[in-house]
Amino acid sequence: MRAKTFQGGVHLHYHKEATASKPIVDMPEPKQVILPVQQHIGAPAEVCVQVGDEVKIGDVVAKAKGFVSASVHASIAGKVTAVGPMPHPGGRNVMAVTIENDGSGATSFAAGKELDALSGDELKQLMQDIGLVGMGGAGFPTHVKYYPPEGKKIETVILNGAECEPYLTCDHRLMVEEPEKVILGLQAMMKAAGTDDGYIGIEVNKPDAIEILTKAAASDPRIKIVPLEVKYPQGEEKMLIHAITGKVVPAGGLPVDVGIVVNNIATAVTLAEAILEGKPLISRIVTVTGAVKNPQNLRVRLGTSVSELVDYCEGFTGTPGRIVLGGPMTGPAQYRLDLPVIKTTSGVLVQDRGQIKLLESSPCVRCARCVDVCPYNLMPCLIGCAIEAGDLAQAESLGIMDCRECGSCTFVCPASRPIVQTIKYAKAKIAAQKRKNS
Amino acid sequence: MLDTQVVVSPAPHIKDVITTEKAMKMVMLALLPATLFSVIAFGFKALGLIVCSMVFAVATEYTIQKALKKPVTVYDGSAALTGLLLALTVTPELPWWMIAVGAVVSIGLGKHIFGGLGYNMFNPALIGRAFLLASWPVAMTTWSWPSKALGWAGNQVDAVSGATALNLEKMGMLKTLNLEIPYANLLWGNISGSLGETSAVLLLIGGLYLIVTKVIDWRIPVSFLGTVFVLSLVFQKDPIFQVLAGGIFLGAFFMATDWVTSPVTKKGRIYFGIGCGVITMLIRIFGGYPEGVCYSILIMNAVTPLLDRLTVPKRFGEVKAHA
Repeated sequence: MRAKTFQGGVHLHYHKEATASKPIVDMPEPKQVILPVQQHIGAPAEVCVQVGDEVKIGDVVAKAKGFVSASVHASIAGKVTAVGPMPHPGGRNVMAVTIENDGSGATSFAAGKELDALSGDELKQLMQDIGLVGMGGAGFPTHVKYYPPEGKKIETVILNGAECEPYLTCDHRLMVEEPEKVILGLQAMMKAAGTDDGYIGIEVNKPDAIEILTKAAASDPRIKIVPLEVKYPQGEEKMLIHAITGKVVPAGGLPVDVGIVVNNIATAVTLAEAILEGKPLISRIVTVTGAVKNPQNLRVRLGTSVSELVDYCEGFTGTPGRIVLGGPMTGPAQYRLDLPVIKTTSGVLVQDRGQIKLLESSPCVRCARCVDVCPYNLMPCLIGCAIEAGDLAQAESLGIMDCRECGSCTFVCPASRPIVQTIKYAKAKIAAQKRKNS
Repeated sequence: MLDTQVVVSPAPHIKDVITTEKAMKMVMLALLPATLFSVIAFGFKALGLIVCSMVFAVATEYTIQKALKKPVTVYDGSAALTGLLLALTVTPELPWWMIAVGAVVSIGLGKHIFGGLGYNMFNPALIGRAFLLASWPVAMTTWSWPSKALGWAGNQVDAVSGATALNLEKMGMLKTLNLEIPYANLLWGNISGSLGETSAVLLLIGGLYLIVTKVIDWRIPVSFLGTVFVLSLVFQKDPIFQVLAGGIFLGAFFMATDWVTSPVTKKGRIYFGIGCGVITMLIRIFGGYPEGVCYSILIMNAVTPLLDRLTVPKRFGEVKAHA
């Protein structure tokens, strides 16, 4: 079968070999976790415990506020020692619950069930109860996707196994090591959506994952495994949908507009574990890689400090120059290590100081490489120049709001212009203006 | 805790290896075979013109940037490249001080008056050439033949020693003298002409190198050359002669493809190449000059913003019925 793909995009050096064949290692429970109430897109959860409370693993410590929100559960058992603003990977301090581990490992999981015993509605409720969010990086509350707006129907569920960000291998390892859970999670999602059409898209640089999942899905003819070309941003939601189904999500629209829901591999596995073991979202796989002595894929309790992950991987090689949570194309760089792993932390990438070249930006030379690679067929160079000239209206008419911030334009720019960065800035500004005017 | 300072910058945190500076150097490398050939064919006077043009181009950029207290960017190689390109478009007989003036005009009027690299509307080297042609038309069209070129035409060529192949064709002298210029001479550059335009093969090698390495897009040279070929057929000219003679290879691969002054859209680049081809042929057939590559590209440079506006690509998922 020929690998499917989309138009544009860039070929990157993937650097996945450091961790791609390393089995997931369970990191020991940390002595303390810090659980921010905001680990998702939407309203922050509301803290429902007090300092001094004893909690078991799986207890809700912050309750979802409203529909587009997600609850936060205790990831270790112990005593709540603090409730207050703490450093957060997003850059600002965020309200968080700190728990001191009592070492008991006591859990308060619900009883495990069979998928057949659960109805579609019960599955949607389960997603909400376990605080499930998109674990690929966006962090959108999963259950929301399964309540399509009136007049729309979900016809297809796609699992995103592209993992097109360089360095990351957490989804790859899950597909190889937990194929049954991946399939069960997808089956549950299809049941919640009320559809018989499921796909798993995987880039062909993970042939083992394609083979293992094809075998695992053999008994369920509704599920199709689709090999995808190795190209960034293959895992971007709209590109993935286009590559697999040929459907085009309208600009400014959502996948559900074409009857599709996309979820991440880790999200599916977490849902499967919730069904089988009653376990809410309390841990995730994190790829710790780059300039660390022993790069690994770790199963980490949410709220564990990033510095403990680095220590567990035997520390830095040389002097760290940049620390990124997530992949190098979209992950935010951090200035401190005492940050908690949250639901969307797919990786810790350490770049050595020697690797970092700070390039001075120069004027646009109109080489149009960015135009060639933009998967959305935008003209990033002209948008960037319009923003620089302060002409946000022009940027908007050039389609700036269609930009999904994949960063391909900035990667290829020979003038080292911060194109996607200015676009992010201008998009926020335009959105703020619109809110003000409405 | 982190006991060292780290870089906190917004994503992406990795970068392609290409830079403006590197691309400029690659273009110069692509021009190297044709440049060396011109020195071999025309001797040290050619080398003198090239060096003079490059030195004055770089010096002009340096002086202007110093005077305007702007950052000095001569190291990006773009001024040197402009100087080289300008030298390749002139006759080996041009006095050195004229090319110096041309280089100053290229960089001063062609580039920095608009704000420097990236802001210029027109190809700076061609601005310089156009200026020289308007100022010293006789000096700019006094041609000479490479020292060993005479073999194929014997004594007849003495009578036409001051003419390029296109001159001869334009004046109808190829017919009256019953002279035929072998394609091989046009291909290898064994003819009279400007420094860099004579050897089509060496220019093609450089051009292909730039296409393969994705420094330039194939669309402009292909549509440019294709248009010239087709129009030659339409006007009953020898299409192979029309494509090989004159400055089309230099223009199509190295001038029309200039990043700054050509369209950013793929469709726009095709229209741009076609426009260059059409205007070149109109000038060659109906105009007063034997050659029209320089002006055709300059005119299309002016049309570039319009082409960009008319060929905006359809956005992914663009909704037509936007209320």
